[in-house]
Amino acid sequence: MTPATSATTSAMTVVCPLARIEVEGGVAALVDGDAVAVFRTFEDEVYALSNYDPFSKASVLSRGIVGTRTIDGVDVPFVASPMHKQAFDLRTGRCLDEEAVTVTTYDVHVVDGQVVVGRRRESGAG
Amino acid sequence: MSPHLRKQLVVVGHGMVGHRFVQAAIERGLTETYDIIVLGEEPRPAYDRVALTSYFEVGAEALSFLPDGVYEDPRVRLHLGAEAVGLDTEQQAILLADGETLRYDELVLATGAAPFVPPVPGNELGNVFVYRTIEDLEAIREASRGARAGAVIGGGLLGLEAANALHQLGVQTHVVEMAPRLMAVQVDDAGGATLQRHITDLGLTVHTGVVTEQITGTDTVTGLRFKGAEEPVDLDLVIFSAGIRPRDLLAREAGLEVAERGGVLVDEQCRSSSAHIWAIGECAAPGGRMYGLVAPGYAMAEVVVDTLLGGAAGSFTGADMSTKLKLLGVDVASFGDAFATTPDSLELVFSDAVAGVYKKLVVAENAAGGVELLGGILVGDASAYGVLRPMVGSGIALPDNPEELILPASRGGVEVGLPDDAQVCSCNNVTKAEIVAAVADDGSCDSPACVTKCTQAGATCGSCKTTVKKIVEDHFASVGKSVDRSLCSHFQVTRAELFEVIAIHGYTRFDDIIAAHGRGRGCDICKPAIASILASLLNHHVLDGANRTLQDTNDAYLANIQKNGTYSVVPRIPGGEVTPDKLIVIGEVARDFGLYTKITGGQRIDLFGARLEDLPVIWKRLVDAGFESGHAYGKSLRTVKSCVGSTWCRYGVQDSVGLAIELELRYRGLRSPHKLKGGVSGCARECAEARSKDFGVIATEKGWNLYVAGNGGATPAHAQLLAGDLDTPTLIRYLDRFLMYYIRTADRLQRTAPWVASLDGGLDRVREVVVDDVLGLGSELEEAMSKHVDSYFDEWKATVEDPAKLERFVSFVNAPGTPDPHISFRDERGQIAPAASEGPVTLVELGASIPVGSPR
Repeated sequence: MTPATSATTSAMTVVCPLARIEVEGGVAALVDGDAVAVFRTFEDEVYALSNYDPFSKASVLSRGIVGTRTIDGVDVPFVASPMHKQAFDLRTGRCLDEEAVTVTTYDVHVVDGQVVVGRRRESGAG
Repeated sequence: MSPHLRKQLVVVGHGMVGHRFVQAAIERGLTETYDIIVLGEEPRPAYDRVALTSYFEVGAEALSFLPDGVYEDPRVRLHLGAEAVGLDTEQQAILLADGETLRYDELVLATGAAPFVPPVPGNELGNVFVYRTIEDLEAIREASRGARAGAVIGGGLLGLEAANALHQLGVQTHVVEMAPRLMAVQVDDAGGATLQRHITDLGLTVHTGVVTEQITGTDTVTGLRFKGAEEPVDLDLVIFSAGIRPRDLLAREAGLEVAERGGVLVDEQCRSSSAHIWAIGECAAPGGRMYGLVAPGYAMAEVVVDTLLGGAAGSFTGADMSTKLKLLGVDVASFGDAFATTPDSLELVFSDAVAGVYKKLVVAENAAGGVELLGGILVGDASAYGVLRPMVGSGIALPDNPEELILPASRGGVEVGLPDDAQVCSCNNVTKAEIVAAVADDGSCDSPACVTKCTQAGATCGSCKTTVKKIVEDHFASVGKSVDRSLCSHFQVTRAELFEVIAIHGYTRFDDIIAAHGRGRGCDICKPAIASILASLLNHHVLDGANRTLQDTNDAYLANIQKNGTYSVVPRIPGGEVTPDKLIVIGEVARDFGLYTKITGGQRIDLFGARLEDLPVIWKRLVDAGFESGHAYGKSLRTVKSCVGSTWCRYGVQDSVGLAIELELRYRGLRSPHKLKGGVSGCARECAEARSKDFGVIATEKGWNLYVAGNGGATPAHAQLLAGDLDTPTLIRYLDRFLMYYIRTADRLQRTAPWVASLDGGLDRVREVVVDDVLGLGSELEEAMSKHVDSYFDEWKATVEDPAKLERFVSFVNAPGTPDPHISFRDERGQIAPAASEGPVTLVELGASIPVGSPR
């Protein structure tokens, strides 16, 4: 599915200051050549997913609306694709509307106020 | 092959009942075997005579049942202005006034009735009218110009309708009734007195128990002299509304049996004494009695269709003469045994002379020892009618305290369960069981509005609509199906309720709203809905502060996202009018940024394929050239389409372009539950297709007709006439109110047509609120709109001038100079088109340039 995949590196990419991401907003970043969507929740957690929406096949997830959905009593943070509104769990990349679909997630941390995206996590497609 | 393989059915008369017959014949397949020819004597197709009084308000088109004058079924042909003058039962032929002869295999007489004009001396004078047709109303309107006073002779149901019309025309109105009270057939003395007080309070003069001796005047009316009175009452016009007589002359002359008091005598299947001839409606006298209401006529039409189809034939054995109507703004209802003629019946009366309310129930003890309702009279407040009328004859016992049924609502109403076979809609004979079946699991309906559409319950006079709604809601409640109208899992309220909450508390931030009235952190449904409500209320910049992240896909970047993640750009071109210089600027921008260009249906130009990071630069050029946002991306006003109008067009009667521009500039930027479109046509040819818009304006010689709630899209609907012949300030006032009322009360993503359909009372309700201002909201709604108009700004201009807002318009936050490699284009007909995507695209080396297929 992935053309010209570069080897997964252990490099950490400093993406932007946390303040640059709106609360319950997202940004697109270029990480080792991949388009990565980085989100910030209401609780200031950060999550990184592939920016690629497997449903619409467009690189747009960072522009989706961030919210929560209650699943088994837990408020799951999600982003809704701006194209056709499928929801993706920010923690796992799993699509909440269609179980078989998952987007790649990335390690991400806030270090000294800077958002740092790390390696691609192995689970998930793409 | 025989040329007469198909049989010919002729319907004489195209009134309400004739039309209903044809409709039923088409729906139930009678046209599979019969060609139907309908003869209408009036110059126009059937119209709603019951609502005749509203003609001055809404015009002929709104009353029409068949505005195009053509039935969809090609096997039905309608001839208007065709008068039947002879009937030959031997030859089975009808002779028309123009000499033509029409053969019939079956003949249905639906010739209706004619107003009765008593033999009062002077009834031949000018300015003496009857009240039956649109032409009569036209003549009355003509005569009312310059008239000071007029009289309606007849204080029955129709007489009061006529009095209402005269009163509306601004003529000092006298009502003259021979009986000792008004509406003598329907209400008793106390009810009549209550009604009379209401009418007198409106400024009309009521004369009961008087006999008109002479209409005075030489050529035209000058007065009316009552028996025993010395001086005549000075008047300029007289309307007779003293009853109707069946139009049975055709049948009479052909030798058909007629009833003693007129009307073609028919049996329970509406068969006349002559073979193959049927009579229905007011011209018929089933069992010797004629019925002057529309519902029995409809029932007769159905019976004849039944019988002709040859199936299990229904029969007409009498009709419910119950009546509920609003006369001069006063509710009057009469049902069942209203005069307590049943032996041993008792009366329960509630009367409040101060409030002008009179209610009477007629009850009797039944065999089971319970108390049963036989009939009643309601004057001043007929809200209980919907519950009471179906109880008559249903066999259900009244509650122990039946007086609760007619006490004012504040005392708490009682719950009354209707039996399944109770007839809820008497106009269209729909029972409770049929309504429940429509919304049952295997039924096709999910709302009261849909039930009315599918079963016709409430479709004619509308008086049972609240009962229909109650039955539907009770049914849903009984099967545990809550009609969940909550916005989403985070807000258990409707959009309209949320709008109120936000407006009352003066909230400006989503965080405060969800903390106080919701749960969780919201989603892609409630966030854009609240963003829209806040934008409607505050008219702030949608990209301001914390509310930015509430915005839906397109609002978030003030452009329309396309399938490959690029955007389209639409500058506003008000009314579709644009200068060559501005057109050139659009062309240059499109060329310089390599954009695909297409003309939209809203008379403007859409530029596709813009990259996120290019949007500000593109808009800087457009703003500098004098363009502003077209809000193509918002649930907001899109365009007001126009035809070229009287400035250029040789048919135009008003300046449609000028008005379209004025309206588009007035409502630009207005956020609403769904997108809004308008149209203005400069004459009745309607080249702007305004009636397919949420609001459509069509020029008349005297001003503008305002149509509302038209929609294109997946569920098209024609806009309906809200008000006619308006001057521009009135038009704008009504539009301000209409749009604000919609914005406040519609559901999320509910367009205007389903919104109007969802209101109790539908378009009539909209007219009450917008035109009659019954809620007293008019000035508040206008003020809200004026606040919007005064605070409008171009959000794209504000964006390109604000570095903080521009920060978000980048391809990558950490590589703003690198265009998104995922976006690529191919060529189609000489312009760009999105190339198909095979998966995420990875830049092999950061900063390396890889071909992305963009033409620039």
